[in-house]
Amino acid sequence: MGKAWAFSENLNTDEIIPGRFNITIDPQELAKNVFCEIKPDYAPNVVVGDVIIGGQNFGCGSSREHAPIAIKGSGAKCIIAASYARIFFRNAVNIGLPILESREAAEGINEGDEIEVDLSSGKIDNMSTGESFQAQPLPPFIIKIAEAGGIINFLQTNSIEDLL
Amino acid sequence: MGTLVEEIFSQKAGRSVHAGEIVLLDVDYIMSHDNTTPLAIKAFEMIGKPIFDKQKIVLHFDHAYPAPNILAATNHKKIIEFAQKEDLPYLFKQGVCHQVMIEEGFVTPGAIIIGADSHSNTYGALGAFGAGLGSTEIGVAWVTGKSWFKVPETIRVELSGETQTGVYAKDVMIYIAGMLGMDGATYRSVEFGGRYIETLPMHERIVFSNMSTEIGAKCGLIAADQVTAEYLRENTPIEGPFEEIHPVSPNYERVLEIDVSTISPQLSCHPTVDNVRDLKELEGLDVNEIYIGTCTNGRYEDIEIAANLLKGQQVDSVTRVIVTPASQMIYKKAMKNGLLDILMDAGCTITGVGCGACIGRHGGILAPNERALTTMNRNFIGRMGSPLAEIYLASPATAAASALTGKITDPRNYLRQ
Repeated sequence: MGKAWAFSENLNTDEIIPGRFNITIDPQELAKNVFCEIKPDYAPNVVVGDVIIGGQNFGCGSSREHAPIAIKGSGAKCIIAASYARIFFRNAVNIGLPILESREAAEGINEGDEIEVDLSSGKIDNMSTGESFQAQPLPPFIIKIAEAGGIINFLQTNSIEDLL
Repeated sequence: MGTLVEEIFSQKAGRSVHAGEIVLLDVDYIMSHDNTTPLAIKAFEMIGKPIFDKQKIVLHFDHAYPAPNILAATNHKKIIEFAQKEDLPYLFKQGVCHQVMIEEGFVTPGAIIIGADSHSNTYGALGAFGAGLGSTEIGVAWVTGKSWFKVPETIRVELSGETQTGVYAKDVMIYIAGMLGMDGATYRSVEFGGRYIETLPMHERIVFSNMSTEIGAKCGLIAADQVTAEYLRENTPIEGPFEEIHPVSPNYERVLEIDVSTISPQLSCHPTVDNVRDLKELEGLDVNEIYIGTCTNGRYEDIEIAANLLKGQQVDSVTRVIVTPASQMIYKKAMKNGLLDILMDAGCTITGVGCGACIGRHGGILAPNERALTTMNRNFIGRMGSPLAEIYLASPATAAASALTGKITDPRNYLRQ
C-alpha cells in the first residue's frame, strides 16, 4: 500500500525534472530534484511504494529519459494516469517503471489517499474511499518488456525480433 | 494505399502497413546529443552486445556546448572517449543537431530517422519519418539497427491561401497549436499539405514539422516535392534523385482546413504553447529579453528577417537582444553577407551556435520575474532558467520588432514602411 501524490493534466518533463538538473544520469541524484518546482514537498517526503497520479498527456515535452528515471529513483511504485505522452510512455516501459492507464482511477484518487495496486492484473484499490478501478490492458509486446523489467534486461536474453 | 506515414512505413517494411499495426523497422540514422548520449551509452553497455552499424550513429554536441560547467565538460569527455573507443564516424560540434542533420545530408525523403530529442520530428519537413525517442531506445537501436513503431493514425492539416505581410510559418503553426492543443495530436502523424505548403520554402516548412512535437505528434510530415529536391541539391551533399512518396487514397482520422490569409501575427503565451493569443491583444507588454535562434527559427532566413528589420536602428537600451545562429554554416553565411554586422551595430549580442538559452543552461538564462519573447518552440515553466520567468513564443519578425521597443510589438508597423 502506498500514498497517492496527485498531479495536474499535461504535466511536462520540465515540471518532472527541470532541464538544468539533467546533467547527471544518477537516479538518486535526479530523484532529489524530482517535481522540485511544482511539488517541492514530494522529494523529501516520498516513501518507497507511493503512487503517482496524473491526468491526460502525462510526461509531455522533451524526450528526456531523466524524467521517468527521476520518478523511479524516488521510490514510486508506479504511475496511474488518464493518458501518457508518447515518448514518456516508451521511456517508462523501457526503463521498467510501471505505468497504468485509467481515466477513472486518475479522477477517483486524491492526494494522500492510500492506494493498493496489483501490477500484474492492473487492479487499483483506493483504500481511503473503498473504490476499485481496472487499468487498460497493455499490448502483448509491451508486457514482454515490462515482465523482463525493461528493454535492457529483455535484450540481454532475447533478440529485438522476439518482441513481435 | 495510405497516408504519408503509412506509405513511408510500407516502403521500408516491404509490405503494405496500416494504422494500428506494430512494425519493427530498420532505421537509417540514429541521432543523439550531448544531453542524451550519456544515458544511451549506459544502456548500450548494459545490453552488452556490439554495435550493429557504426555508419548509422550520429552524435552531436549542441545542448551545452562549449561546456558551461564541469558536469557538462565531463559528459563531453565521456562521449568523445566512447566515440573513439567504438571508432564512430560522426561526432558533430557545429550547431543544433536537427539543423546539422539536414545540412550534412542525413535527412532524405523516405528515410527513417530516430533521435534522442523530442524535436526529431523536424526531419518530416523533407519527407522523412523523424521521431523522438528516449536514450535507452537509442542504445537499443545502436545494437539492433531497428526500432518498433505503432503505425499512427493521421491528422491532415490542409493549408490554403497566402499569408499577410508580417505573418510567417511560425504564426500559422502557433495558431494550429492553439486550435489543436498540446495533446491534440498525441500518438498521431500530422500531415501538412495544401497550396500554402506546396509553395513554401524549406526553412518555413521546417517550422511546422519541428513544432508538431508541441501538439503531441509522433511525426509531422510534408510530402517531398520539387522544393525538397532543390533544397537538398543546393544546401547539402545529397544529389538525388529522390523517390517522391505521396499519400495514396489516404484515410485520415481528421482533416483540418485553414485559410492562412485570415491569420494575423500570433503569440504562444506563458506558460504553455497552446495558450495562444493574437499579438494585438498583448501589444505593449514589457519584455526583458529577446531571443532569436533554435531548431525552430535560428536559420539564415530568420536572421535575415531580423537584420532587415533592425538595419540602421538601435534596439531598446535596457532589453537584452540575443541572436544564436543554429549552425556554423548559417553563422558563416550571415557573417559573409554582413547580417551579423547589421545586428551587432543595432545592439544585438551574437552568441556561438547551438541550442543556447532554449535549454536554460547558458547563453541567456532568465532571472526571476523576467519576461522573454523568443523564437523557440516551447515555453514551459523554467525552460530558460528561473521558474518565475515568463516565456512568449513568436516569429523572428515579431522578435525583431519587439527588440526595437522593449515591448511586444507588431512587426507590420515596421515592415510596411
